[in-house]
Amino acid sequence: MSDQIAASGAPQDPFVSDAALKPAFFEWLCRMGDNALVLGHRTSEWCGHGPVLEEDIALANTALDLIGHTQMWLGLAGEVEDEGRDADKLAYLRDAFKFRNVLLVELPKGDMAVTVMREFLFDAYHHLLLSWLAENSNSPRVAEIAAKALKEVSYHLERASDLVVRLGDGTPESHRRMQDALDLLWPYTGEMFEGDALDTAVAEAGIAPQPEDLKADWEASVQEILDEATLKAPETAGFFHKGGKQGRHTEHLGYILAEMQFLQRAYPGASW
Amino acid sequence: MYAQLVKSDALKSREEMSPEEQAFQERIDNGEKIEPKDWMPEGYRKTLIRQIGQHAHSEIVGQLPEGNWITRAPTLERKAILLAKVQDEAGHGLYLYSAAETLGVSRDELFEALHSGKMKYSSIFNYPTLNWADMGAVGWLVDGAAIMNQVPLQRTSFGPYSRAMIRICKEESFHQRQGYSIMMKMAFGTPEQKEMAQDSLNRFWFPALMMFGPSDKDSVHSAQSMAWKIKMNTNDELRQKFVNETVPQAEYLGLTVPDETLAWNEEKQGYDFAEPDWNEFFEVIKGNGPCNRERLEARVKAWDDGEWFRDGLNAFAEKAAARRLAASVAAE
Repeated sequence: MSDQIAASGAPQDPFVSDAALKPAFFEWLCRMGDNALVLGHRTSEWCGHGPVLEEDIALANTALDLIGHTQMWLGLAGEVEDEGRDADKLAYLRDAFKFRNVLLVELPKGDMAVTVMREFLFDAYHHLLLSWLAENSNSPRVAEIAAKALKEVSYHLERASDLVVRLGDGTPESHRRMQDALDLLWPYTGEMFEGDALDTAVAEAGIAPQPEDLKADWEASVQEILDEATLKAPETAGFFHKGGKQGRHTEHLGYILAEMQFLQRAYPGASW
Repeated sequence: MYAQLVKSDALKSREEMSPEEQAFQERIDNGEKIEPKDWMPEGYRKTLIRQIGQHAHSEIVGQLPEGNWITRAPTLERKAILLAKVQDEAGHGLYLYSAAETLGVSRDELFEALHSGKMKYSSIFNYPTLNWADMGAVGWLVDGAAIMNQVPLQRTSFGPYSRAMIRICKEESFHQRQGYSIMMKMAFGTPEQKEMAQDSLNRFWFPALMMFGPSDKDSVHSAQSMAWKIKMNTNDELRQKFVNETVPQAEYLGLTVPDETLAWNEEKQGYDFAEPDWNEFFEVIKGNGPCNRERLEARVKAWDDGEWFRDGLNAFAEKAAARRLAASVAAE
């Protein structure tokens, strides 16, 4: 995929070969790619099992978009790293502790309430982040990928928001399930907005925003939809689960990778 | 193919037909399309519902054997292609349920018939997908066999079915090519990959031949469906065409078709080949195939687990409509 971008006339980007920034930029790109990959994996688990045919198609489409984003982000990560790893090698040959996705995206898919609520909470963040990157990033390559992904994520967010409202304000059972899903997932949302030294390095280069800077807008847009959906975010008194961005994951990620990486691990070096 | 053993009426002669039936048959003989609001014999309508419904069910049950490998696809590109393909199958299901709806049967009614076992789906989807080469074999052989039947069905007499088939065929030929592309990678890959490819061909060859259904040369049901242009060719014609096209493709891959009797017949300009085990076919149709139970359970579970979701959306739609009504009353 990285070859395809290069061949299609990717813009010149001095950050791609910036030695001092490399470790932080590479890890940041892995965070972007791994979020898309792991959420895409979870979303794809619904294929053939959706609650209604149109939803089955929409979920497969969402997963497909996310796999496309993965190819772009991890492809660029491989270029930045410059050690011969392409998007596939990064996706299929890293162990769980090398993955940099937030914990929120790796939790089991649960019922449709968990799936829809997670997509909504993540998309609201993803949309803000990609909008910032597409408009403001000093890295032309990052801005280019973000602009492509943003078109699809805008639609994901619209669809997820609409479903949250309709299911939250549907039957007593759909309301209860959506509230349960919100209670389950809410403590995992804080991680998206907690920056570390790596985030600061990338933010100081003007490549990406400080995660904290997105939080107020995220809270406002999420609150508006939750109000309309008659749902209430739980009080967590500032507590949240974290660690995924630094490679400390839940027990779930190892099983995702065992499944996803099986063929590449069992038949090393084969071409598929 | 995706529709097998579809029950139809016995063939009527001209003399047995009512004046309406005669006029209807003349329209078909002249190549006219029948549209949903046109008069049609009850047998034509019922046979079409069975056939289109069975085809639609095959598309959505057919998501399962390939869906089985989405999370294990070996590269991001293969994963994306497979997701897109399985999503296409769901889309085909959607066109076909819509085509069936024009005949007066709802999607929910057809689901109910599938879930209760009253309606069938193609026997092929009751076989398991056991190694990655199966993603190749399903595209190459299963979609390949389906295309044999679906290409002529683009000219079927019922307008909505014909139009659905035109859209479906475009995607199916892409599916077949992607399946063959996987087979090439496997057959020309490492020794283990080639072994997977051969194993897959060994398991899918005869089930693919069964997709065309048993010989129908003496079947009165087939004769009526053919007169109505719901069925365009006999099962044997299509099976022969499939074998003729597929054997050279297997040879190109360096794979062995698991049929020792397979031989080119110069006189008929086609291959002689062994019949599949029709006892096995009837067992699979009866529900005793390797995956019948899992496939149906998965569909029923998806439907039952989704009930609250569908109810929630319906309840919201009713509330929203009531709110709109209240707002417009208040505005007056």
